[in-house]
Amino acid sequence: MTQPAPTPILAPVEAIIRVRDITVQFGKTRVLDGLNLDVRRGEILGFVGPSGAGKSVLTRTIIGLVPKVSGSIEVFGVDLDAASTSARRAVERRWGILFQQGALFSSLTVRQNIQFPVREYLKVSQRLLDEIMVAKLGMVGLRPEVADRFPSELSGGMIKRVALARALALDPELVFLDEPTSGLDPIGAGDFDELVRTLQRTLGLTVFMVTHDLDSLYTACDRIAVLGNGKIIAAGSMADMQASQHPWLRQYFHGKRARAVMG
Amino acid sequence: MNAEPTLERIPRGNALALCATGSWTAGFAPRLERLVTEAEKLAGGRSSISIDVSQVSKLDTFGAWLIERLRRSLTEGEMEARIAGLSVNYASLVEEVRLVKAAPDAETPTVTISGMLAQIGKTVAGISGTVIGLIDMLGAVLVASGRILIHPRSFRLTSTVHHLEQVCWRAVPIIVLITFLIGCIISQQGIFHFRRFGADIFVVDMLGVLVLREIGVLLVAIMVAGRSGSAYTAELGSMKMREEIDALRTMGFDPIEVLILPRMLALVIALPILAFLGAMAALYGGGLVAWLYGGIDPEAFLLRLRDAISIDHFTVGIVKAPVMAAVIGIVACVEGLAVQGSAESLGQHTTASVVKGIFFVIVMDGVFAIFFASIGM
Repeated sequence: MTQPAPTPILAPVEAIIRVRDITVQFGKTRVLDGLNLDVRRGEILGFVGPSGAGKSVLTRTIIGLVPKVSGSIEVFGVDLDAASTSARRAVERRWGILFQQGALFSSLTVRQNIQFPVREYLKVSQRLLDEIMVAKLGMVGLRPEVADRFPSELSGGMIKRVALARALALDPELVFLDEPTSGLDPIGAGDFDELVRTLQRTLGLTVFMVTHDLDSLYTACDRIAVLGNGKIIAAGSMADMQASQHPWLRQYFHGKRARAVMG
Repeated sequence: MNAEPTLERIPRGNALALCATGSWTAGFAPRLERLVTEAEKLAGGRSSISIDVSQVSKLDTFGAWLIERLRRSLTEGEMEARIAGLSVNYASLVEEVRLVKAAPDAETPTVTISGMLAQIGKTVAGISGTVIGLIDMLGAVLVASGRILIHPRSFRLTSTVHHLEQVCWRAVPIIVLITFLIGCIISQQGIFHFRRFGADIFVVDMLGVLVLREIGVLLVAIMVAGRSGSAYTAELGSMKMREEIDALRTMGFDPIEVLILPRMLALVIALPILAFLGAMAALYGGGLVAWLYGGIDPEAFLLRLRDAISIDHFTVGIVKAPVMAAVIGIVACVEGLAVQGSAESLGQHTTASVVKGIFFVIVMDGVFAIFFASIGM
């Protein structure tokens, strides 16, 4: 095989998600308060913050599952509020979502779960569906033998992997991962980080990853954004985070666990 | 970037070069599959085949796999088809799909006559299992009640009251409304048909006996099976799915004592109350129709009702209520605990809970009818 010089697949800096002045309120509690965030094409953005700060709420707001009081969200340059239903559908086809608990369809097998979005959107033969399913299972490190199991017959780590395979089924450009490594053993979590990195390289993915896992932040993420008091209090590289004087950041990135990870 | 994909054939003597261009991505998957399926037919008797992908503008798993599939089907014996012009960016993706093995076939159940007969056989044989399961649960509930009698402090009063509110208090409006309407209908039909014999007044006898002995309690029990039995099954079933019941057990709590006993007790208290209210509503509705439609004024109605029915009729009706409540509760709890991991299983067991609950209520009603007839009540 000849090997031409590596060229970047994508233009380097381009905001794939552009969040402006988002406010989200549940009853009287304001969860997000005038939040701004950019996610650049091709990067893995790690999103951290104290429990209950609204990380999942922001993810769900971008996806459109939680209504917002004000602000605008652009994904792939499409303003999701102004977009027509068909334009929204087109955007939805280009992103994949891994929910915290996997959210696999419990009455469908692994095979049917992964094939479901493909079958709905593309008219292709059953043979190709099966082959793509096996390819996706292979990408997330699972053997084809699990294809006919039901989600209730899988372990927690396998559920996450199958859910990731389903999120990747249509080869999306953007993937949202909500705490992908929570509930996995450290080796499994490490593998998962490695997997996300590999997929990002091979498929040119942009990854938006909500996480609590310091290891993931060190090994997998290009950039880190920190949520606090309903706003982004810091965004930048790992080095920026460690240099920050913000009290929560100091505690988070210089605490006992952080030191243990840094070695 | 999003150019239609193509696959050009460039024959060079006995060799063949296939030149892929455009965007080989999921969006074009149906077209790509057609292109590749056609190109696969070119296999046979070539000295060499190469697939040139240098002109591909965009590649994802779908495109990469289809190119790999084409390479595999064009490969024969010693002659291996090659992929040429692969950029470094896509090399790892192609490496990835190279590992894909043939997909295992889905296990599709085949429908045969013997299979259907076997299914019927299994279902019939399963009936005894169902009955044993119910008796098992009855025993477990009785043992738990025994423990509560010895240690009354472990009784869950708050939970019982909560369930009582759900199955009794909140059920009152709908139960009263429906039994009222049924009372009206029975009375109207009775008057309509009895009038031909000049026997209008006997509608009061019919209404009184029917409502107090049978319809009141039976109708209410069926409604409770549909309303609360299904709720119990769904609650316990989703707790089972999320391993909440296992969690309780590991903390040293008995799920029967914590979850099932309060629910059972609430039902056993609620059903007689609801049956009584239902019977009253039905009598009221019947009386109202008798007055407005049949011209039997309330005074005559009450006088006749006092003659026609005795306390026995009321006793017969109300004695059945707690037994039916226990049957509904046990069926609902057994079904709830039998739920497996999927949403489909939850649906099946909730349906089974209501169907079996109503079936057993009617069977019990028949057993009671024989019993009361033989003791002359």
